[in-house]
Amino acid sequence: MQIYLPIAEVSVNAFLLLGLGGIVGILSGMFGVGGGFLITPLLFFIGIPPAVAVATGTNQIVASSFSAVLAHLKRRTVDLRMGTVLLIGGLIGAGLGVFIFNYLKSLGQVDLLVKLCYVLFLGVIGAMMFVESVNAIRNTRKGKAPKRKKHNWVHALPFKMRFRTSGLYLSVLPPLAVGLAVGILAAIMGVGGGFIMVPAMIYILGMPTKVVIGTSLFQIIFVTAFSTMLHATTNYTVDIPLALLLLIGGVIGAQFGTIIGLKLKAEQLRILLAIMVLAVCFKLALDLLLMPSELYSLGMDG
Amino acid sequence: MKLIFRHILALCLLALPAQAEDVVLGLSSDKVAITATFEGSDILIFGAVKRETAIPEAPLDVIITVAGPSVPVTVRRKDRRFGIWVNTEKVELDAAPSFYAVATTGPLDMVLSNTEDLRHRVSIGRAIRSVGAATMAEDAERFTDALIRIRRDKDAYQTREGAVALDEQTLFRTSISLPANLTEGAYKTRIFLTREGRVVSELNTTIDVRKVGLERWLFTLSREQPMMYGFLSLAIAIAAGWMASAAFQALRRG
Repeated sequence: MQIYLPIAEVSVNAFLLLGLGGIVGILSGMFGVGGGFLITPLLFFIGIPPAVAVATGTNQIVASSFSAVLAHLKRRTVDLRMGTVLLIGGLIGAGLGVFIFNYLKSLGQVDLLVKLCYVLFLGVIGAMMFVESVNAIRNTRKGKAPKRKKHNWVHALPFKMRFRTSGLYLSVLPPLAVGLAVGILAAIMGVGGGFIMVPAMIYILGMPTKVVIGTSLFQIIFVTAFSTMLHATTNYTVDIPLALLLLIGGVIGAQFGTIIGLKLKAEQLRILLAIMVLAVCFKLALDLLLMPSELYSLGMDG
Repeated sequence: MKLIFRHILALCLLALPAQAEDVVLGLSSDKVAITATFEGSDILIFGAVKRETAIPEAPLDVIITVAGPSVPVTVRRKDRRFGIWVNTEKVELDAAPSFYAVATTGPLDMVLSNTEDLRHRVSIGRAIRSVGAATMAEDAERFTDALIRIRRDKDAYQTREGAVALDEQTLFRTSISLPANLTEGAYKTRIFLTREGRVVSELNTTIDVRKVGLERWLFTLSREQPMMYGFLSLAIAIAAGWMASAAFQALRRG
């Protein structure tokens, strides 16, 4: 069944979009990531204009994170205070990100920037996660307990604040900076930034893992909602029917994903996620390095 | 139905006063509605040649063009910089139709002379206006060629030589297929009658392509009240997220 998307002005198969949302939903249910880093490149691939794919992707993440945060709030694994500090940084970052996005769009380099960001971050994070989870598996085989560094340079900064849920007494500057960086990326790449936020909260801020995912998702809702509004009002590129089809698929997929996820071990899950992240990164890098079959591209922005 | 219409046309022709050759036109529809399930549309363009005098010696040819709304287009070329392929040069074309189809009774270069093509902008290359393009890149034509190639691959530009059927030098018909990826606007439709490459008669009309229903409403809302549209998209997202969470919990309990 073909469906005409009013904003993207292209006609695509509705079942393809439902399936796409479903696959990403399964993965996000399994791994606890928003899935934006997968859905945006996949939308490029089926011919949705990049600007629409990025803006609509942010809208889709609002839905999946909101659904997940409700579950986390019930388990009291959301640090609202930390989330708010991250959010302040995130909102400023999202504003900057949309500004950068529009500037690059006028230069015709938006595709390049988005792809480079993807290759860089997916490559670094995929590789880090892969090494870390291989080590974790090796350590559990040897019977060693995982260790975490408690104090580093981050704890020497001024403007300290107490975060009860996380059990931290920490300067507000590092969370603000982390929020800012993720906000910029969220707006440019059309992702929630969970796959950057989560490692940053664990390794830089030293937050306990059980509150990290809920807190990250909490602030992602607001940052992506804010970028959705900015994209909708400045670029007019949010496509509601497209978002809706992805959502329906995603919501159903997430339920199956959670069931699969429960049957796997944490390290196995992380290795699978790392492999998947590296595969997407490899594909995007290949596109940049190999000579494209069509050297010319069209832009409508005059 | 079509046949009856043709007979009526033929009757009308006999009753009309003496003139040079003229076009009488019919369209299967002069409106195309883009609905949510729009899958493209075929438009039948048919008509007759109205004349009082005897049919001249030289054979008659018919050229039919359908053009979507023209907008400026930027064509960019990728080049290898620092080992990766990035957009480097660009050429801004003043106006290129979003859709363009040419259907003829024979090979275009046979039925239309070069000077007439220049005057009436019939062939795809001529339909694209690129006044300042030559100053933006040394090989500006290659950018125009690329535009035509890319759009031709998507069926947005079509050259269909021999696709117009002409009976007895009087009745003609063709069908133009509009692809699913259509932008809205007034699609200018032109019919040329030519003899030995010269245009002897021309008729213009428009086919109105519009989004309707939900498509229309969403598109208008997104342009005229972007704030409302943004909040609507967020409300849908939040509602869907909440329903997913509620349904998931109901499933767990049950």
